[in-house]
Amino acid sequence: MSSSWEKVQLARHPKRPTSKTVICHIIDDFIELHGDRSVRDDLSIIGGIGYFEGIPVTVIAQEKGTDTNDKIKRNFGMPHPEGYEKALRLMKQAEKFKRPILVFIDTPGAYPGLEAEMRNQAFKIANNLKEMMCLDTPIIAVVLSEGGSGGALAIGVADQLLMFENSIYSILSPEGFASILYKDSKKANEAAEIMKLSANDLLDLRIIDGIIKEKNGLHEDQTFGFKELRSQLVKRLTIEMKKDAQKRLNDRYQKYRLMGVFSERI
Amino acid sequence: MNDFFSERKKRLHDFKVKFLKKSAIKKQTDIPDGLFIKCEECQKPIYEKELETQLHVCPNCGFHFRINAKKRIALLADEGSFNEVNAHLESTNPLQMPFYEAKLESAKKFTNQNDAFVSGSCTIGNHPCFLGVLDSFFMMGSMGSVVGEKVTRLIELAIKEHKPLVIVSASGGARMQEGILSLMQMAKTAGALKKLEQEKILYISVMTYPTTGGVAASFATLGDINIAEKSALIGFAGSRVIKQTIKEELPAHFQSAEFQKEHGLIDLVVERKQLKSQISALLKLHQGGHQS
Repeated sequence: MSSSWEKVQLARHPKRPTSKTVICHIIDDFIELHGDRSVRDDLSIIGGIGYFEGIPVTVIAQEKGTDTNDKIKRNFGMPHPEGYEKALRLMKQAEKFKRPILVFIDTPGAYPGLEAEMRNQAFKIANNLKEMMCLDTPIIAVVLSEGGSGGALAIGVADQLLMFENSIYSILSPEGFASILYKDSKKANEAAEIMKLSANDLLDLRIIDGIIKEKNGLHEDQTFGFKELRSQLVKRLTIEMKKDAQKRLNDRYQKYRLMGVFSERI
Repeated sequence: MNDFFSERKKRLHDFKVKFLKKSAIKKQTDIPDGLFIKCEECQKPIYEKELETQLHVCPNCGFHFRINAKKRIALLADEGSFNEVNAHLESTNPLQMPFYEAKLESAKKFTNQNDAFVSGSCTIGNHPCFLGVLDSFFMMGSMGSVVGEKVTRLIELAIKEHKPLVIVSASGGARMQEGILSLMQMAKTAGALKKLEQEKILYISVMTYPTTGGVAASFATLGDINIAEKSALIGFAGSRVIKQTIKEELPAHFQSAEFQKEHGLIDLVVERKQLKSQISALLKLHQGGHQS
């Protein structure tokens, strides 16, 4: 059992596969679809259709990029509002054609930029959260490496949320957390231990529904990790596809409805 | 992301300096206690009692000062009509974060409230509705489990009684001390608003200074009608982090109410003194509609 800080390192490992690789391995006959029909095509989010185990699915995935040029093109996986709009367009299309949605989350966060603000980043995120809650098709989301705050959540409202064993999901980076808590961003390792960002922590807090095993980190053994991913997806997807639509929507709503810890003295 | 939060920290610090330690600063500058306040916008001194009668709007430059939940409710709800609900909900410290309990205690003492969201039923211009108000004097109006739960319960009440919903936001965003649990409140509140929409119930969202981060990226920007109070600051990320990211100067009035109206987020920019009559007019207009 490695420490949370070690998990942060593994999640950010330069050789850790990105969404492109995942899609190549588990989706057959993938056709990428582009654009939000309004502004442009945001390449930090890959959207498309294909087959998973013979079932037509829609795939939404954040992509950080692989080499330097690709990373720049992908904006290091930080979506603009039009990326979230593209994701929503394709998710509604999935609902229309009764395709389950597979989501792969991997982002440091939504892009904090002038144009992003001018095109209403906050609203686009909010609107995705609102629409995903009642989207009438199964949604299975997987945190591949890094789930950065609202930028991750904006494509991550799901019937089943899974995390790779060495991925992280948090409200801000350990560095940001340390700079607030200890007034020193270099104490990120200490912050990581207390901020509950690992898959195990989030399973205990009932934020996620399952963990996908890795062998020594996904970069060391992709074959093992993707085999685990495939079997988890089959299992989760089967459960959700068997459910009556109304029950699935109720379950999804109730799952989020019950999140939060507080006391109530009357 | 780091910068975003250090920015928020700086804002919180500035806020504390300006508001919480106001009396201490005044003593340093030898201005008699409780008489004058310096406007944070035009820097001119304002007679405190005058500020009170002017609804906390600077008589020189029109800057709208922050007001607490109690004053906001008095401003909007018809006198004596407000019945608070869910006041007894309290934050615990679910992730065992250092210093969180102490922060909660001092915020509770300072505001005389259990958390940052005050909500209930009331009438506005004799129109029955549910009203929720975020209080920026309680840990910067940040949203943790309690705020998320109270917002959601208020939405559910509006659905149950089929009455319009008005929420006034003033918040730095999600509450860091409750980590991922705070983040999930964004999905919870936004999801509940989808139910409200399906029931065809009016939701008026009023954004004030400041409405940013996880609150802007959830229930605050999802109104059928989005109102920005004059002098509001509305946005997702803080301006300092954006400046560092893009390495360019930002336009004047970036993230102001007018800026956001210009870019399509806001329906109406309203001065505080007109806020109640504007909301009342909207509530009145939504009583109609064709029968089918």
